[in-house]
Amino acid sequence: MANTSSIVLTARALERTVLRMADEIVERNDGTDNLVLVGIQRRGVQIAARIAAVIKTREQIDIPIGALDITLYRDDLQTVGPRPVVGKTHLPVSIEGARVVIVDDVLFTGRTIRAALDELADFGRPARVGLAVLIDRGGRELPIQPDVVGKLVEAPPGARVDVFITELDGRDEVVLDLPAAQ
Amino acid sequence: MTAPLGKDLLGLEHLSADQINLILDTAEPLREISERAIKKVPTLRGATIVNLFFEASTRTRISFEFAEKRMSADTVNVAVSASSVSKGETLVDTAKNLEAMKIDMVVMRHGSSGAAKFLAERIESNVINAGDGMHEHPTQGLLDMLTLRQRFGTLAGKKICICGDVLHSRVARSNIWGLTKLGAEVAVCGPRSLLPSAIEEMGVTVFSRIEQAIEWADALNVLRLQLERMQAGYIPSLREYNRVFGVTRERLERAPRDILILHPGPMNRGVEIDSDVADGPHSVILEQVTNGVAVRMAVLYLLAGNSPQLADAAKGVA
Repeated sequence: MANTSSIVLTARALERTVLRMADEIVERNDGTDNLVLVGIQRRGVQIAARIAAVIKTREQIDIPIGALDITLYRDDLQTVGPRPVVGKTHLPVSIEGARVVIVDDVLFTGRTIRAALDELADFGRPARVGLAVLIDRGGRELPIQPDVVGKLVEAPPGARVDVFITELDGRDEVVLDLPAAQ
Repeated sequence: MTAPLGKDLLGLEHLSADQINLILDTAEPLREISERAIKKVPTLRGATIVNLFFEASTRTRISFEFAEKRMSADTVNVAVSASSVSKGETLVDTAKNLEAMKIDMVVMRHGSSGAAKFLAERIESNVINAGDGMHEHPTQGLLDMLTLRQRFGTLAGKKICICGDVLHSRVARSNIWGLTKLGAEVAVCGPRSLLPSAIEEMGVTVFSRIEQAIEWADALNVLRLQLERMQAGYIPSLREYNRVFGVTRERLERAPRDILILHPGPMNRGVEIDSDVADGPHSVILEQVTNGVAVRMAVLYLLAGNSPQLADAAKGVA
């Protein structure tokens, strides 16, 4: 039995969603003072860059963008088998006292965000940390919730939410893959 | 067939190019951790690592210890003079006793070639070779390669000459095996008395004059001349060695291109290398030291928990 796929966001819908997320981030932080966007490797970094580009056209200001690779902070390294590839972490500015917004593509169990919060704490003490995600698919296993959500998707545990980003995948699209019914 | 890797890092001779690249690619992002205010990631929390040194070592042991601590492992240093080895306990007894205290990894330096392999075959813990006799010093080879790769972008087609006491050098062997696997051209240069008799069989070019090496190379890896070698009659005198084989500014100024200068340390300034070269614009000696910590962190990460990934990488499984 084939899986059933449905498009959650088309390229145009994704663009509109990022525009709205950028506006919400600026509103929630009372402007752009001390604002730092930190994308989670990999697709969170590209989404953060797009949000920053929108903020620049709206507010004429360059928001610093960082990248976090949370691999070394994962809570399942003892059990995942082959070691996951480690990506780059880079924060261009000090986050001490900053308003940090973590940006990721899909929020699911919350374990990635737990790892990201731990890693951020090793770089300093921000005044506030928020969370912006393109897709919230539910299924949390930790008490973590987003502040800004692009789109809420009801995805059952066995489903997959795939985010495609032009910079990495050649196209913009979000697809929900449901496992075939038994 | 596939080398029995995944548990241990014993040398570069039996690693594939994929495995070496995996270690170097992993080391690259780990450099940043040492730049942080809090220089620590929780990856190896709860792991116990024993640094078992049967030979004196300062920089290698410190580099491993920094790497272990920055990965949050707990470490114990065992130096030969302080251990019961001096009371006649065998290597395996020492290691089995340590293992009975529930350790996870052993980093070992030993004066006998093959000691790391011998140990690895007899204990459950991961074994990392930190230098065994005149055989290999794989993490030094890897950090040299990482340093060269960062400067050149790629090692393929680059010309690296290893200068000096190749005969006694485990650093030279690890470099020759590793570099040739990644497509570099390797040469050696030194007095014939300090080159292994069948060195050409390792696929390297031999230069008997340092001027030829400088004419040819993109980088020189200048080995430490052990001062004992003079007493043993391998060279007539240190001054003579410096006059004929010393890497000096005057010689480098005649090179057709800028040449990177590497040295595994500790340096004998004024013998194999002059101070104005060691401290000069083309020296990457301190970058090697920085990269050493990152490479060792990468190896710890990839071996922890008997990772089968190194073995898989050799088979071409991503």
